Amino acid sequence: MPSTRDIRRRIKSVKNTAQITKAMQMVASAKMRKAQQAALAGRPYASLMNEVLAAATAGAGEFQHPLTEKREVKKRALIIISTDKGLCGALNTNLLREAAKAHSPTTVYVVAGRKAAQWVARLKRELVAEFSYKDAPEFAEARAISKFAQELFLSGQADAVDVVFTNYVNTLTQKAELRSLLPLGRLQKLEADIRGNGASDDIQPGSAREYSFEPAAPQLLGNLLPHYLNYQVYQMLLEAKASEHSARMVAMKSATDNAKQLIKDLTLEYNKLRQANITKELLEITSAAMAMGN
Amino acid sequence: MATLKLEIVTPEARIYSEEVDMVTLPGLEGEMGIFPMHIPLMTQITHGEIVVRKGGQDHFLAVGEGFVEITGERVAILTDMAIRADHIDEARAEEARKQAEARLAQKLGDEETAVAQAALMHSLTQLGLKRRHHR
Repeated sequence: MPSTRDIRRRIKSVKNTAQITKAMQMVASAKMRKAQQAALAGRPYASLMNEVLAAATAGAGEFQHPLTEKREVKKRALIIISTDKGLCGALNTNLLREAAKAHSPTTVYVVAGRKAAQWVARLKRELVAEFSYKDAPEFAEARAISKFAQELFLSGQADAVDVVFTNYVNTLTQKAELRSLLPLGRLQKLEADIRGNGASDDIQPGSAREYSFEPAAPQLLGNLLPHYLNYQVYQMLLEAKASEHSARMVAMKSATDNAKQLIKDLTLEYNKLRQANITKELLEITSAAMAMGN
Repeated sequence: MATLKLEIVTPEARIYSEEVDMVTLPGLEGEMGIFPMHIPLMTQITHGEIVVRKGGQDHFLAVGEGFVEITGERVAILTDMAIRADHIDEARAEEARKQAEARLAQKLGDEETAVAQAALMHSLTQLGLKRRHHR
């Protein structure tokens, strides 16, 4: 049976925890709004880029860019975009489960974010590069990752590059997803994925038109494809950040709510105990007085 | 009369999405005028200004590097910067230019130089457009 002092002490510590989680919730919700805005603002560009690229590759005729070359997949590289910090609910668990599904003995890993790095290290899998990205992802950070992926692919160290990241759906829902990045031939599927969210309806998908190119197709695609990849990675970073802050906000909110409930329960218990003690003391006094009186 | 649907999108936002009569682009090999019913074309643009003709009036936009998809009825422009002439803040552009130049003056890595160079080109394009039209 805990004493009243024990309970008082527990209430105090739970209150402190609640204060901290509340503060983290506030911080996360402020960051969340910014990150969500950034992710949503980038979507029209990403979807339009998909269309342009689909039209360009379809209309380019015979020309094959090295980045679209399909090879037998002996070795796959997997880019995992995770968070740096925890306390964001099941976000990383879901993400890494998705990554584990894609694992094969020859897979090599490229990670962005510390949680993914720890996961790869713990499972003793082959890590080829580790990147970091800031709270507000910069294009240069995405470009570094994308450039590395392209080098892996072009040098033949990997025959395919996939990405696992958390796609932002809304504040309550974030979905861990696996998408292929290279070779670019597998693009059509990806494009269908993205068009569903945020693309304007009045745009007709580029049908099988014959396009002219200026400058010529090899040169133009040579510029467009790397840019497309860079941007794709950038958008994924934005989505991952929006997801992270949303998940953290929700996790911290439920932690605060739980702490408040706990405080309520403990206070009730404390009051009951206090009352019981008072009654007990009164009984003792009165019975002592009665004994004396007689 | 046939019109073109002009869409200008940057990573930050959709800048422009309207029916227009004609648009002039800063192509890699010189200016390019696009009318409705243009043949399908993929092209690149560079820093410069876009002239949009709509209802007999010309509107100007400053743009950065990017890619353009042209079909008979649509012009889709993907660029890293686009701003309408009347939204350009000359003082801010000037400020940005100075900052970019200062950064270029320092010794930087390739990546940083490229970023600063792009920022400089952005501000120069904006300033050029603003000054030409408001003198």
